[in-house]
Amino acid sequence: MENAAMNNQATPAPTVSSGMFDDDRQPLEIARETVSIEVRDLDLYYGNDQALKSVNLKIAHNRVTAFIGPSGCGKSTLLRCFNRMNDLIDICRIDGQILIDGKNIYAKDVDVAEHRRRVGMVFQKPNPFPKSIFENVAYGLRLQGVNDKRKLAEVVERALRAAALWDEVKDRLDDNAFGLSGGQQQRLVIARAIAIEPEVILLDEPCSALDPISTAKVEELIAELKNDYTIVIVTHNMQQAARVSDFTAYMYMGEMIEFDDTARLFTNPRRKATEDYITGRYG
Amino acid sequence: MRQWFKSGDPWIWMIGGGLAISLIMVVGLLMLIAVRGFGHFWPSPIMATTVTTAKGESESILGIMVRSETLPAQRIRESGQDIPADQLLVTRHLIKVGNRDLTGRDFVWYLDSALGEMRYPEDALRIERREWGNFYGFALALERQGDVVARGEVLWPEIQQAIDRANELHQRIQTLERVEIGRINRKMEELRLERRALELQGVSGAALAAAEADLAARQAELDRRFEDIQAERRELMDQSERDVLIAETASGREVRIQFNNIVMASRNNAMGLFGKIGFYGHRIGDFLSGYPREANTEGGIFPAIFGTVTMVLIMSVLVTPFGVLAAIYLREYARQGVILKLIRVSVYNLAGVPSIVFGVFGLGFFVYLLGGSIDELFYPERLPAPTFGTPGLFWASLTLALLTLPVVIVSTEEGLARIPRTIREGSLALGATKWETLWKVVVPLSAPAMMTGLILAVARAAGEVAPLMLVGVVKLAPSLPVDGEFPYVHLERKIMHLGFHIYDVGFQSPNVEAARPLVYATALTLVLLILILNLSAIAIRNRLREKYRAEGD
Repeated sequence: MENAAMNNQATPAPTVSSGMFDDDRQPLEIARETVSIEVRDLDLYYGNDQALKSVNLKIAHNRVTAFIGPSGCGKSTLLRCFNRMNDLIDICRIDGQILIDGKNIYAKDVDVAEHRRRVGMVFQKPNPFPKSIFENVAYGLRLQGVNDKRKLAEVVERALRAAALWDEVKDRLDDNAFGLSGGQQQRLVIARAIAIEPEVILLDEPCSALDPISTAKVEELIAELKNDYTIVIVTHNMQQAARVSDFTAYMYMGEMIEFDDTARLFTNPRRKATEDYITGRYG
Repeated sequence: MRQWFKSGDPWIWMIGGGLAISLIMVVGLLMLIAVRGFGHFWPSPIMATTVTTAKGESESILGIMVRSETLPAQRIRESGQDIPADQLLVTRHLIKVGNRDLTGRDFVWYLDSALGEMRYPEDALRIERREWGNFYGFALALERQGDVVARGEVLWPEIQQAIDRANELHQRIQTLERVEIGRINRKMEELRLERRALELQGVSGAALAAAEADLAARQAELDRRFEDIQAERRELMDQSERDVLIAETASGREVRIQFNNIVMASRNNAMGLFGKIGFYGHRIGDFLSGYPREANTEGGIFPAIFGTVTMVLIMSVLVTPFGVLAAIYLREYARQGVILKLIRVSVYNLAGVPSIVFGVFGLGFFVYLLGGSIDELFYPERLPAPTFGTPGLFWASLTLALLTLPVVIVSTEEGLARIPRTIREGSLALGATKWETLWKVVVPLSAPAMMTGLILAVARAAGEVAPLMLVGVVKLAPSLPVDGEFPYVHLERKIMHLGFHIYDVGFQSPNVEAARPLVYATALTLVLLILILNLSAIAIRNRLREKYRAEGD
């Protein structure tokens, strides 16, 4: 086992900081030209508590990448770094870099609002605005100053179709969004995110508040969306990660333990800790 | 027993009891005001009886029984009346006998023992007069231009017709006086001010002469129109003096009453139930829509209702934006720290400052300082007569706005704090800036909370009296603050207010007995008015809530 650890240190692996290896295979390396997001030595602190410890990661373009791990392991925190949502927390401090298309999003000249337009996010609990279905989807466009009715209608329809919600709501676009079911609301929120055509969509446990049927619909949707968007999903549900993602990262206590092709990570993990977690022996 | 305590039953009983006591007190208070206040308008039976005076003389009286009380005989003896030595308790009645012009006092206490048999004659007449209060007596004849035209059976319908005609004429005269003559007076005042402005600007020579000529021409025009209106008014006055009612009091004294002095006449004892209900409605209508008479002890309270509503509305318009903006800044933008805590505590404590302190502040700062400066800057030609430098509607509203500001701030802040973080994040994640998120999502969502603040503010403001006495509310305002004259809402005018009206009628009135029922009636009107204002605000809030209904809210 110690040998394995030595072996791995020879190559600049994106994952290692501690722990033991059970296998000496090389960690997965995403080809440079397909990288969408790159995380370099990211440390994140909430006051004096370190929530992310030297995380390194590459996320592939137009693929689904899942973050799994026990509660409090930092996977949501990492996800929220990608669109700088952590900026809203006063005591949060960040070291390291996150590059999207080669540009550091924490550089000083980055316009945060503009950046968030490029990196959409869907939250754990559906959070539609207290407006009509139409206005919910049109919200992002209106922020950009689009007020042409035809253009708005066109984009709203396309986004709702892409979110597989159009057929259910096309006759009641002017109704309040709160009238929709939880699953519909979550798809509405996804439609709202894709209406402004981001490059990346971040999904933070998008199905944890949904019933199984709605979950299945959202999962189908994710499979559809990856043709056009880079998707990062945080989930508690390992089956879901296995079903929807191409790559999976296992995090524990703020560290990136293992990152690999989903099929390989679930069937044949390199590290003991990962195996323990996915087989349910964790904790 | 222990089991009983453990089950929590005693506490439930205590809580329930507390609620019941509160409810009984509230309902009891409202019932008292309602019965005393609106009972006043019911046509009570007119009683006729004889009184034996101390000298053994007998005298007929006619009037309405107001109330009775039983006292120890000693107290009556001390007031100088003879009571047989063996009598311990004495019952006496307060009777409204009216006819203040003849006897000097319209409410008289009579000892029960002095009163003879009580009768309720069908033809007993109650006349509400514009001057001298009510008349109680019997109608004898209707005199028109010196000739008696009706007597006996046909007299009553004739009286009714004559009253309707006189009231209509009175209405027209009032309109002429209030509207037409008022308008001409204001125009003349404008001319005077223009002339004064010319003086102040130092215009001289030919320009001054031309302006003077123009002003003189306009003055002449106004004078001519004033003459016309005066002539019309005199004509109407003459017409209204046509009819005279000849009546006699219970003691047989004959009285002549001009019809233009009569508001309404009724034969209470001859009325059926429906007649009484109709009369009752009519009197309440008069009370709510009429102008006060006789130092506020009679007539209506319309100017007070109008003033209260106008003031509360202007206060709402002033307090809402300030309160909401202050709350948004405090909650969303200000850096949380010691200073902010201090500010917040100060704002909350502002709600506990006695309202009279706000009144003093309003008078000193708003009226004298701000108002005085406004006068110097914008109305120099009117000085030394103040325009805004004297208490008035705007300053009253502004003082109340200051008074209710903490309420609005506190509830808005609470509303903002209750908006789920996920909604804000959802907006930010779409590329909205903090301001856009606030403006498009957070503020609309917390609108119901702002309305709650406004409801509390309105309830507090409408019932406030003490500060208003200093900053713009008067006993009797010459004109309403809103009329057809440009600029339609006259912020500098003094207003009447229901709360102050209660105080004035109740405690400053020369005729306590006559004013007493009006105090209750005015109080009930004020309570109902606040209720209506609150209900409409609550209705708006509920509609907003429906519109922005959040999940699980």
